[in-house]
Amino acid sequence: MSGPLLNWLREVRERYAHPSRLAQKGVLGMNRRNISYISRYNDRSLFPLVDDKLQTKQIVLDAGITAPDLIGVISEQHEVKDLAGLIASLPGFCIKPAHGSGGKGIMVITRRDDDGYHKTNGQIANIGDLERHVSNILAGLFSLGGRADVAIIESLIEFDDCFTGYTYEGVPDTRVIVFKGFPVMAMMRLSTSASNGKANLHQGAVGVGLNIGDGSALKAVQFDRPVLLHPDTGTNLLTLKVPHWEQLLNLAASCYEMSGLGYLGTDIVLDRQKGPVLLELNARPGLSIQVANGEGLVPRLRQIEALGNKHKMTPQQRIDYAREHFSRK
Amino acid sequence: MASRKPFYLLVGLLIIAGISLSLHRHYTYDIPWLPGETRQTWSIEAKIEFEASGDEVLASLAIPNTQPGFTQLNQQTASPGYGLAYSEKENGGSRADWSIRQANGEQALYYRVDMLLDPYAAPPQPSQPPELKVNVEKEPYATAANQLLDRAQERSSTPYTLARELIQEFRIQSQNAELLAQLKPQINWVVQLLQQAGVPARQVHALSLEDGRRRQELVDYIQVFDGEDYQLFHPENGHQGRPDNLLLWEYHSGPVLEVVGGKNSMVTFSMIEQEQPFSAALNQKFSENELLNFSLYTLPLEEQALFKGILLIPVGVLMVVLMRILVGLKTSGTFMPVLIALAFIQTSLLTGLVGFLLIVGMGLLIRSYLSYLNLLLVARISAVIIMVIGMIALFSIIAYKLGLTEGMKVTFFPMIILAWTIERMSILWEEEGPHQVVIQGGGSLLVAILAYLAMNNELIRHLTFNFLGLQLVFMAFVLMAGNYTGYRLLELKRFKPMVEDKK
Repeated sequence: MSGPLLNWLREVRERYAHPSRLAQKGVLGMNRRNISYISRYNDRSLFPLVDDKLQTKQIVLDAGITAPDLIGVISEQHEVKDLAGLIASLPGFCIKPAHGSGGKGIMVITRRDDDGYHKTNGQIANIGDLERHVSNILAGLFSLGGRADVAIIESLIEFDDCFTGYTYEGVPDTRVIVFKGFPVMAMMRLSTSASNGKANLHQGAVGVGLNIGDGSALKAVQFDRPVLLHPDTGTNLLTLKVPHWEQLLNLAASCYEMSGLGYLGTDIVLDRQKGPVLLELNARPGLSIQVANGEGLVPRLRQIEALGNKHKMTPQQRIDYAREHFSRK
Repeated sequence: MASRKPFYLLVGLLIIAGISLSLHRHYTYDIPWLPGETRQTWSIEAKIEFEASGDEVLASLAIPNTQPGFTQLNQQTASPGYGLAYSEKENGGSRADWSIRQANGEQALYYRVDMLLDPYAAPPQPSQPPELKVNVEKEPYATAANQLLDRAQERSSTPYTLARELIQEFRIQSQNAELLAQLKPQINWVVQLLQQAGVPARQVHALSLEDGRRRQELVDYIQVFDGEDYQLFHPENGHQGRPDNLLLWEYHSGPVLEVVGGKNSMVTFSMIEQEQPFSAALNQKFSENELLNFSLYTLPLEEQALFKGILLIPVGVLMVVLMRILVGLKTSGTFMPVLIALAFIQTSLLTGLVGFLLIVGMGLLIRSYLSYLNLLLVARISAVIIMVIGMIALFSIIAYKLGLTEGMKVTFFPMIILAWTIERMSILWEEEGPHQVVIQGGGSLLVAILAYLAMNNELIRHLTFNFLGLQLVFMAFVLMAGNYTGYRLLELKRFKPMVEDKK
């Protein structure tokens, strides 16, 4: 065979994993996630609960789960001019579309001074920019399929200082995958300058896999490649350990009863006063968490499926089960 | 877990139904699997000549119909000053009848027919056996004839063997044959004796087709019936069966040519063989509406052209499904690549690509200005649509002025889709940076190009248009892809780091 072809084949072998090795590792692929987990365990009729953040807010309040305070909702174009009044007394706040996906259209204002409103990435916006953003949200710019949407204004979370140094701008949040009420895998998402202050891994945020047992770091990745130090702050990421871990898992696990969704991603942040606060629910959580943990989801999901529906377990029992079986020494 | 059996059953049924429909079309209608195949057609021209006597003239010519081996495609006549009517006779034969009030001197009438060489030809109605007639002959012919028939009957068992032996007998008993030939030709005797023995038979007039022959005359054959079936026999040597390229011209016990008001009439034939692309041949074959013949060839040509495009869309859609589910490419707008690919088919790939990139690139530039205007979404998209139309007009004019007629083809792009593409790309740019624009835009273009290559493939165009059953197969593939739980190709790359570090 000719040389170039052989070289090319070798290169392909280096860059692509063999499917059987991925399967052996229990890596969950997009197709299997969609067919075997999302469409099987997440009832279509429940999707609006998580896709519409206003509805999420409602069930969260009903369930007594800690979440950021709702400051106001703007649902009509003529209400946009009321925005200034709504936010007048607040130092920091967050504007998001009720039907946004993938973190699109979320604007976080950390503080305000004479220059204007400071965004997380250091840019300064004036009230006109904010109003334009809101009217874009109303027109459906960020929603799936371009449907008309409403804008939600939430109070800002006062981040716990324990993560200073681990994150560059932005909100460090903890993503826990909850399967049938069991927290099966967790990671912390830390924004970087590459991710523009956003906590989305595909935009360049650092993902840190967390030990379900105690919330300590297992492994850190950026752009799906392992890293040891935070690219901006230089902190050793493996020293990270999430406090209030038990409480956090409890919050995550109780989202199952609250939403009824079997396969769920919960985004939780730590507030200085309130402790773990539920930021968002996601009915289609991404797969990068596996890379951050260096482990596939399938074996854990299978193990939970094998338990069957016979025993009705309380959230506490489920957490204990998960901490016992899914923690790594 | 719900049982997947009904699903696989459905997929299996779709595939089996699709393939068997296609096979049926291939074997019943002789539609080839490959494009570019040709079919043999014969153009045959009959020239009728006679001397008109100055009064009204009526000329009637037997004309061939679709028959085993040949499908009649179209016919035309040339006969200045004559009125023409095609008529159907009670016995099933068709005739062309010319008439004129007054004609004098040498006359020439032309009739031309195209016959498709078609092993699957379906005659409009089965051949009717002629009615049995018994002629009483005077002596000594009756005795001689009976001798021949008796010997032949002794050696035969069926109508066909009787016909064969009878013709044979005319050669063996040459004295009797010569005697009979004094009264009328041998072929008439054979037919008459067969009738006498209770076997329906008739004399038919056939044309032996040879490419480029002119002034040919009809040859006689004997058609012998056994119930509904019949066989042809050569009157001299008794060979059974229709020779290749033998076209029956008159086979309904009628005269070949009748002329009233003229004399010295004769008909001669010239013929040429033509290779026609099969689609042209089929178009003509199926142009006559048959209710049971479910084929797009029965539609008018314009609708056929429309369907050629429509039936390709499932191919493009299948491509998108494969690229997204098996490979994992991201596209902006799920089926936008198919629409772009359809536009590429109209414009040709290179012009299409250049036009697409120009319009989207320019659009992004202008759209970035629209961002500052702080417009509501619907108004902004509308503005982008108008802008796209303006750009298309501008490019067309510039291309025309520069003499690049290819550039005019940008008008084939679906404008609303382009506007949405520009809008999505622009938002993507603002939110996630140019990198994502290149990834998603590139993914869309790649899928569009692949879909174009598939849809523009001659073989695929041929198959989708001629074998509607394949649509069921596409459906089955799409259903199967929708059930695929394996890894996507790009996931193998994405998750590669996971299998690296444990070594």
